[in-house]
Amino acid sequence: MEYFVQQLINGVTLGSIYGLIAIGYTMVYGIIGMINFAHGDVFMVGSFTALLLFLLIGLTAASPLIVIVLAIVGVLIVAMALTAVWGWTIERLAYRPLRGSFRLAPLITAIGMSIVLSNMVQIAQGARVKNLPPDIKDRLSGGFQVMESNGFAAVVSYRQLIIVGVTIALMALFTWIITSTPLGRAQRACEQDRTMAALTGVDVDRTISLTFVIGAALAAVAGVMFLVYYGAIDFYIGFVAGIKAFTAAVLGGIGSLPGAMLGGLLIGLIEVFWAGYVGSEYKDVAAFSLLAIVLIFRPEGLLGRPEIEKV
Amino acid sequence: MTTADPGPVLEVEALGMRFGGLVAVDDLTFSAQRGEITALIGPNGAGKTTVFNCITGFYRPTSGQIQARHADGATYPLHAMPGHRICEEANVARTFQNIRLFAGMSLLENLLVAQHNKLMRASGYTIGGLLGLPSYARAERVAVDLAKHWLQRVGLLHRADDAAGDLPYGDQRRLEIARAMCTGPVLLCLDEPAAGLNPRESRELNRLLVSMRGENGLSIVLIEHDMGVVMEISDRIVVLDYGRKIAEGTPSEIRTNPAVIAAYLGVEDEEVEQVEQEIRR
Amino acid sequence: MAVTTAQSGRAATVKSGISAAVADALIAAVIAMLLALPILTYKSVEQQTSLEVVSRWPWVLVGVAAVFIGRLALNLIWPRLGGASDGLARLGTVLARLFERVGGWRTAIGALLGLTLAASSAGWLATSRWLDLLLIVPLVIGVWRRSPAWLFLGLALFFPFAPGATRYYVENFGILVLIYVMLGWGLNVVVGLAGLLDLGYVAFYAVGAYAYALLAQHFGLSFWICLPLAGILAAFWGVILGFPVLRLRGDYLAIVTLAFGEIIRIVLINWQSLTGGPNGISGIPRPTLFGLEFKAEGGFADYFGLEHTSLHRIIFLYYIILAMALATNWATIRLRRLPVGRAWEALREDEIACRSLGINITNTKLTAFSIGAMFGGFAGAFFATKQGFISPESFTFWESAIILAIVVLGGMGSQVGVAVAALVMIGGTELFRDLEIYRMLVFGAAMVAVMVWRPRGVVSGRVPTIALGATRRIGSDLVKEGHG
Repeated sequence: MEYFVQQLINGVTLGSIYGLIAIGYTMVYGIIGMINFAHGDVFMVGSFTALLLFLLIGLTAASPLIVIVLAIVGVLIVAMALTAVWGWTIERLAYRPLRGSFRLAPLITAIGMSIVLSNMVQIAQGARVKNLPPDIKDRLSGGFQVMESNGFAAVVSYRQLIIVGVTIALMALFTWIITSTPLGRAQRACEQDRTMAALTGVDVDRTISLTFVIGAALAAVAGVMFLVYYGAIDFYIGFVAGIKAFTAAVLGGIGSLPGAMLGGLLIGLIEVFWAGYVGSEYKDVAAFSLLAIVLIFRPEGLLGRPEIEKV
Repeated sequence: MTTADPGPVLEVEALGMRFGGLVAVDDLTFSAQRGEITALIGPNGAGKTTVFNCITGFYRPTSGQIQARHADGATYPLHAMPGHRICEEANVARTFQNIRLFAGMSLLENLLVAQHNKLMRASGYTIGGLLGLPSYARAERVAVDLAKHWLQRVGLLHRADDAAGDLPYGDQRRLEIARAMCTGPVLLCLDEPAAGLNPRESRELNRLLVSMRGENGLSIVLIEHDMGVVMEISDRIVVLDYGRKIAEGTPSEIRTNPAVIAAYLGVEDEEVEQVEQEIRR
Repeated sequence: MAVTTAQSGRAATVKSGISAAVADALIAAVIAMLLALPILTYKSVEQQTSLEVVSRWPWVLVGVAAVFIGRLALNLIWPRLGGASDGLARLGTVLARLFERVGGWRTAIGALLGLTLAASSAGWLATSRWLDLLLIVPLVIGVWRRSPAWLFLGLALFFPFAPGATRYYVENFGILVLIYVMLGWGLNVVVGLAGLLDLGYVAFYAVGAYAYALLAQHFGLSFWICLPLAGILAAFWGVILGFPVLRLRGDYLAIVTLAFGEIIRIVLINWQSLTGGPNGISGIPRPTLFGLEFKAEGGFADYFGLEHTSLHRIIFLYYIILAMALATNWATIRLRRLPVGRAWEALREDEIACRSLGINITNTKLTAFSIGAMFGGFAGAFFATKQGFISPESFTFWESAIILAIVVLGGMGSQVGVAVAALVMIGGTELFRDLEIYRMLVFGAAMVAVMVWRPRGVVSGRVPTIALGATRRIGSDLVKEGHG
């Protein structure tokens, strides 16, 4: 039972990270109908940005906890801002010139951008795994014990609490943005019909740019969380996490914000449980198989709107 | 050869189609006689295209039966057949309200795709064709001849090698009819064939449809808003409103049917509701 | 008075134009600066105990300055290039007309033929006059049939014997490019003709490679027996994977094919007892020429009385993959003209219309999927025998992405375009192998640039498969790309 609870906690944490990245995929898909393949690498850039910021701040083991917490908050905000610039630039350079043309063209530029980003980071930062300085890691370890028996305790670590807490807060914030702000209305209008939205005075370019900016900022949050949770990153995490998050977005029903979160949680849970109870070799196979099975029986994803075939 | 009449080419019985809570077609029964043109008319949203989609297998009806009957008496339950077999086996072909041509393919290619199943068999399901067997080359020549025949009939032979998407609107409508005819149909379902045509094109279309009627036993069911076309060429008319049949008969019967006049004829779409309200009062 | 106002007005617009250009360039520089922060300005370096950061500000500042100057130059020069680009376009049409008047391809290939004959008689080409015929004969046919395709074929046939074509180039440039040409043509059936977005094509490449490696290892079967088996197995997998997912549309199909590609790779890594896991399979036998092996004694060289060099085997491999690629091309061109090929293209254009014409959509999609998979399987078997060693590392998602990029950049559905794209993308990056890590960066940037420049690929539009009169190209604006 403790083992199960522990896996549940770990799965929810991992799922939160996937969910945050998946939101970026799902928002972009919703508004311009393209798979933003570079999104996983934007997440990776966010993670590296956070790592470098942590190094620049230069925390020591002696820093008080409040300084560490403030440092994390500061790094989070700066990393979100800087990664958002990347999101904006990618859209401006690689996707906007192709808007309204051929559907596969932006897919290819997205793959191209993904290659550019991962190789850029590989060149700039080297190919080796980078570890978060132990000073920071040590100060963040520890947590609450949820239950204990037979010498095995299920523990919620502080890091997991931070991750799940931040995710819930951001989800609430963005749900509010989408449902109740002018930006959210403009986004939903562009999703429905871009031409009509432009005719009624919505600045389509700006709305799409902002969508990319928000998506990139959320990916940066996920990047910081990933760094804090695992303590080690390399230039390749963007691909792996990107594919998982994209799978999560499709599983939940691409275009649906709650769907992305649900899909992220499901993928995180199935991965952790499979690894915990069956073996870690085939955990990705389990996640992908779940996707295939769900899509075969429910082609629009779990929370997606079914596509009505117009004849 | 005057064998016993096998009966109507199409029988729709108690057809019902529901989308969630919306009842698009409700308890509709009508039949189309062999060798005749049957028109399906009614105000916008009356459920006409839904009926077509049920007949041609794009929708599975919620209730009721649709049966196609060939001249040899063979019957086909259209409501229970997969979409592609309705054209192949029951020989029911259709066109679409918002023209669905293969825009990037030439006119000739469009008409050859329509003969797919026949040519597929002739090519030995690709293997024979890949090996270059002469029997396939022969079959393809026959298919090209049929395509040329129909291009000639619709007056588009001179544009056979152009892209279908390059044609003007009216020509696209005729090409779509030619493409449906290349499948060798017994029953042809036309969804608003005269929509968007100018008066001259509309007259040409009438002539074409009248000349096709009864040719090789062809029957036509059409949806049309243009009453000029409907009254001129139809043998029978079925009037729908809100998914229900409100009248059926020959053009002259329909013309004098008070319910139809009130609900539909001579009244613009916007005024239909107004007229109905007046009648109820 | 009026004149002066007009003049000063113009001066003002020029001035405001310049200041606007400077402002725009400044914004670009600031954005470049923000992008570089901190991911490029600092490098994390591993020390004994922890990470240290090393500043790279000078480089980044130079880069930002370059962005500023470049953007400024672009802003100032670009508007003035409007007339120049019109002039260029006009020059282009004039040249094209001139080309047709002089005789088009016939004259061009004829001139090349003359040059080739002269070079051959001067002894500048291959070591043997007979080998020069590999180039000369296709050129003659090209002149006769007025087709530039023969020129490419001649160059491809002659390449291993061309002056300067060392073993290194034949192996790492020639063979590699042809593998990707073949993969591109195979995927072209699925993506270009049938309009099905397949992001996991590499799975079938892997099935073909492992099929040959395992059959050879466990049953001692030769390459020539395994080649068709590998293709059939890959096609079989295409059907198995395709059957449940082909009713999904568009991007859903894309993600599921991607997932299948990953699943197959993960299985290859983890099924150690069969596949050798991440270590792969080595010692895969080389192909033989009618039983003749390419070895030092008692092989090909002895039989023909030649001196043994390892180049023989490489050239033999080169011709095998050339023949396989040409067979793929031949089959694809042929399939396009058969009902099944027309149905693929019709499916790409309009699936609903296809259904109304009695075409069985699932079966038609399955044939496209499995025939594409079969070509991938053939290429995989060749890859295994060429390398002599395979591991799951060769079959990552990036292979699928690169093959897809070749198809889309080349122009979907265009055989020539796909070949050109493979040559430029794969050949280009191989030629710049010395640049090591930078080449993939350039590769990615080039993908973006080419796509923005020509969204429909280098060779766009399609040629009808049958015509009553002269065949006319159909513009790419009409050709659809499919959505399923």
